[in-house]
Amino acid sequence: MSQFASTARRAGRRFVSSLPALLGVLVFTFLLMRVLPGDPAVFFASGPTAGKEEIETIRKQMGLDKPMPEQLARYMLDVAQGNLGNSLTTGQPVSKDLRERLPASLELTFAALLIALLSAVPLGIAAALKPNSLVDHGVRLLCALGVCVPTFVSGLLLIYVFYYLLGYAPDPTGRIDIFTSQPPRMTGFLLIDFLLAGDLSGWWAAASQLVLPAFTMALFVVAPLARITRAAMLSSLGSDFVRTARSIGLPRWRIVVVYALRNAILPVLTITGIVFSTMLGANVLVEKVFSWPGVASYALDALLASDYAPVQGFVLLMAFIFVIVNLVIDVLYGIADPRISIE
Amino acid sequence: MSSATLKHAAFVLRGNPLTAIAAFATALLVVLAIIGPAIVPYDPTASDVAHALEAPTAAHWFGTDQLGRDVFSRVIVAARLDLAIAASAVVLSFALGAVIGSICGYTGGRVDRAVGRFVDVLMAFPLFVLAMAMVAALGNRVENIVIATALINLPFYIRFARAEVNVRRNAGWVEAARACGDSHLSVVLRFLLPNILPAMAVQISLNLGWAILNAAGLSFIGLGVKPPTPEWGIMVAEGARFISTGKWWLVAFPGLALMFCVLCFNLLGDGLRDILDPRMRT
Repeated sequence: MSQFASTARRAGRRFVSSLPALLGVLVFTFLLMRVLPGDPAVFFASGPTAGKEEIETIRKQMGLDKPMPEQLARYMLDVAQGNLGNSLTTGQPVSKDLRERLPASLELTFAALLIALLSAVPLGIAAALKPNSLVDHGVRLLCALGVCVPTFVSGLLLIYVFYYLLGYAPDPTGRIDIFTSQPPRMTGFLLIDFLLAGDLSGWWAAASQLVLPAFTMALFVVAPLARITRAAMLSSLGSDFVRTARSIGLPRWRIVVVYALRNAILPVLTITGIVFSTMLGANVLVEKVFSWPGVASYALDALLASDYAPVQGFVLLMAFIFVIVNLVIDVLYGIADPRISIE
Repeated sequence: MSSATLKHAAFVLRGNPLTAIAAFATALLVVLAIIGPAIVPYDPTASDVAHALEAPTAAHWFGTDQLGRDVFSRVIVAARLDLAIAASAVVLSFALGAVIGSICGYTGGRVDRAVGRFVDVLMAFPLFVLAMAMVAALGNRVENIVIATALINLPFYIRFARAEVNVRRNAGWVEAARACGDSHLSVVLRFLLPNILPAMAVQISLNLGWAILNAAGLSFIGLGVKPPTPEWGIMVAEGARFISTGKWWLVAFPGLALMFCVLCFNLLGDGLRDILDPRMRT
């Protein structure tokens, strides 16, 4: 219980200390908006063809005639109330669009992270158990190559092999094929919604659409995860407590999984946080390759159509998610290694 | 470079032939980027609709694209633009980052804290998203791809230079320079910066690969470079339309070129690190 309390205290402290960064993020996105070429009022009006009067009214409405600091304050107030402006392309509030599309992106990202962790950690352990063996060299080669392949290329090549050549994968566009009907929306995560609705064939359809994009994204982050697991496992396998565990004859799997891995988990967690940020960025590329209806492809479409409110909202959302993820990682730190909570 | 360093370099290269190969391949890339347009067999933008979407043959080694343009020529010619974007972005962020970071590390105090906050804010964004937003804000042009790529690299250089200068700022030779009457600025520029350059060179090499991937990613999503300019990211984007009908060469060859570049720079960076700073080996 006291451990829980101290973890919670730590999380709270971390949240407070990340507030300045969040504030900075807000100011930065606000400034980005100001640097944008052209007049924001024109963008928020019905389009470039809007009449002069309409633009003037909107300028008043948006407070663009007010001094800069007041505008910033207004912007922050708007964001705090969840008002991110309207999208020109969809004609809806940006916050509503983002809310609708966020589950698709998160489902993809989490699936990819899961795949990456499930493959990278065992690979790293295998490499660390026999340093300089064939396995070790294989893993290192994989790591060296893995960071070199751009996600958009590996995604397309996976489509070529598994859709065109082998025919295992379904048509690589969207979250479910056109023959499957959407499940009743509960969480927005298709895999969960289908399960809740008890529709197993639907679940299968959604899962098979998810496999290729998730693997594409996972491929890119397996390398740093496997590399750090290997390094951390090497140092923890070489430590005294492992030698002791060995000398008293504990079973090998127990030494590796319970003692060594538990002690090697911290650096892996750190890199997982960093990798998550990379994945949020890679989402843009993967969602474009697979026509995935997530927030990133939404922002990209808006960006190419010079519709800036969604881009701004998207950037803000990504930064916010990133801060939350770092917070979660921090809490996991405390759980993985209780010593950290005692300062 | 002293003869001891050269000897050490030769020793490391013998033990690690990969670095030598990577250095050679990088040199080859640079040469290709310079003379590429002069030696390619076809005009990279000349279309030949009669031979559109042909698989690799003896006449067209990498096949042809939807307009019948020779993919091989386009891949070679694109090297110049891709390398130029990445290199100028990295040089820009290196120059800015080294100066800002050194000043922060040397003076500490208020400037240091302010810059630290700014870096924290930059790092709070997923970097590719930040680059996207920058290009959106500054305008969809190639120069802005360079600026955006430079900006997302900047935090690493600032932090790196700051840390490196910070451990050296109380060194004897810094004190000696001060005692000889050098100003603070001259101590930073003439003594501290050159001293951290070797370590930064490793960062540059490791960073180049990343910068190339980022720049290509930006043009893949339609920012910056415009067709019909040959550029790897945009070639992949154009080829993407034909991948589900089995036209693999449109994606595979520019993709391989990207991979090859990044692999060379990464191997070279690892090798440089072994030569310059044996302690950081992993």
